[in-house]
Amino acid sequence: MTTITATPRPMRSRFLLDRSEVVGPLFIAPAILYVLVLVGLPFLLALYYSVSAYSIFNPSFAFVGLKNFRDVIDSEIFRRTLVNTLVFTISAQIIGLLLGKIGAMLLMQEFRGRGVARALVVLPWAVPVSLATIAWLWMFDSLYSVINWTLIAVGLVDAANRPQWLGQEDLAMIAVVVVHAWRLFPFGVVIFLAGFTSVPKDVLDAATVDGAGFWRRNYQLILPIIAPIVLIALIFGTVFTFTDLSVVYLLTKGGPINSTQVLGTYAFQVGILSGDVAHGAAICLFLFPFLLVAVILLLRSLRRREI
Amino acid sequence: MLRLAKKLAAEGSFYAAVATLVLFAAFPFYWMLITTFKADGDLYDLKSVPYWFNAAPTLEHIRYLFAETLFVQWLMNSALVGLCVVAITLIVALPGGYSLARMPARSAETLGIGIFLTYLVPPTLLFLPLSRVVSRLGLQDSLWSLVVIYPTFTIPFCTWLLMGFFKSVPREIEEAAIVDGCTVMGAFVKTVLPLCLPAILTVVIFTFTLTMQEFVYALTFISSSEEKPVTLGVATDLIRGDIFYWGELMGAALIASVPVAIAYNLFLDRFISGITGGAVK
Repeated sequence: MTTITATPRPMRSRFLLDRSEVVGPLFIAPAILYVLVLVGLPFLLALYYSVSAYSIFNPSFAFVGLKNFRDVIDSEIFRRTLVNTLVFTISAQIIGLLLGKIGAMLLMQEFRGRGVARALVVLPWAVPVSLATIAWLWMFDSLYSVINWTLIAVGLVDAANRPQWLGQEDLAMIAVVVVHAWRLFPFGVVIFLAGFTSVPKDVLDAATVDGAGFWRRNYQLILPIIAPIVLIALIFGTVFTFTDLSVVYLLTKGGPINSTQVLGTYAFQVGILSGDVAHGAAICLFLFPFLLVAVILLLRSLRRREI
Repeated sequence: MLRLAKKLAAEGSFYAAVATLVLFAAFPFYWMLITTFKADGDLYDLKSVPYWFNAAPTLEHIRYLFAETLFVQWLMNSALVGLCVVAITLIVALPGGYSLARMPARSAETLGIGIFLTYLVPPTLLFLPLSRVVSRLGLQDSLWSLVVIYPTFTIPFCTWLLMGFFKSVPREIEEAAIVDGCTVMGAFVKTVLPLCLPAILTVVIFTFTLTMQEFVYALTFISSSEEKPVTLGVATDLIRGDIFYWGELMGAALIASVPVAIAYNLFLDRFISGITGGAVK
């Protein structure tokens, strides 16, 4: 049916495939089906698990109501996890955005080697997360940490009392935040760069001539123009951070003593490692209200742009 | 004179800032590189300066990696998963994106945004139910589970990207082909697709890099070493007991990262315009 043929065909099928209102839905159907079956259905399944007694040892779908959620909220570890997740998300996000903005302002200038600098700055985000995190694991090594070596060499810490980056509660949190911010900030850089270059140069020049200084140009001119883009970056960045599992899992597995446990790692531990699917699903679903807000914000910003 | 000094100082601090940023971003990769080629005695030595070689560089770690570990197998697993997912994504996303681009604007926008939003659904929300689905399908512990599951995030993203490209192809071209006797399908295959080859190439590269970057699903579904993709195998299996083989680990991470990093850098601008939903004109 994809060939141009000279022989007359049955009118009907020809007619059908010529009509875009038939072909259109036919073309989009596989994509929708795939997403419905492997994203929509599993989500419903997660909802159901969370109100059942399902575990891999006892795969029963017995309905238990909101018991799982109550259990989860009652658990001290979970409350700690929730706080950790917020701390982790907010601090990684702030550092990432700040560095992203600074990076974009630097890389916007014309200078020799800018292309190379940009390529290097993008690396943390481009490289597969697990491999990049492994490099940090080595840099945070309890004995051979290059960071500690440097700190000792410049006399900031004592060799006998070297910091255990992944073994002390407060330091472990700092470590996972730094690594995640490191992974995230190149994303901020490229988004801000895209935003900055979309600001018309003549508008800026006019403002400069009219006497607008650096801060004024920045906050009254540039920021409003790039706000929609920054918002999208913020939404994606926050979602990626809030739901992160890889960085924390590889660096600390949530330890020491759950001090870096976040929703993702905790759900993995309960739902997969301990096989308690029902409680794991309940933990995961605490992500949902947050995701819903993100989706609504994103929809709004997309709509506003269309108008 | 003073002005010159001021200018130099400004320039100097600018370059210092750029250098600091680049250092922060790239140091871990430099560290991978140098660890890969350091001899063990040099690597585990607390006294000498670690930033450079204190003993002759060695290829021993690389040799060990290729000869005595499953590294090559993992690379091939990743390649296989990547290729299959690329094929599935193209088959589903090409017609999907085209359909969205040619639909009446209103319904296309709703559907398009709906598909785009699934990109926001994170693996963390779905790995539990999907792990049950995978085991029901009998794909547990097999890399085919990844081939089935990865398109859930590559299809939405690529459909959205392709929609943008197809919109830029003028309708008149297909209409001419249809007048000449093509079906709508024929017009799509014969006139639109050839024009979109660069777009298709972008999709291929991106799908491949996205599959290379995934970690959570692989971690959840696969536990036997021979079935692991490289990102999982390196992170979990290059450890014997409590001893890390840092030289081998860093070498493996470096080798697997390089192609992904290059591909990403080449197609970065396209990716950004995809993710900002064309907010940047």
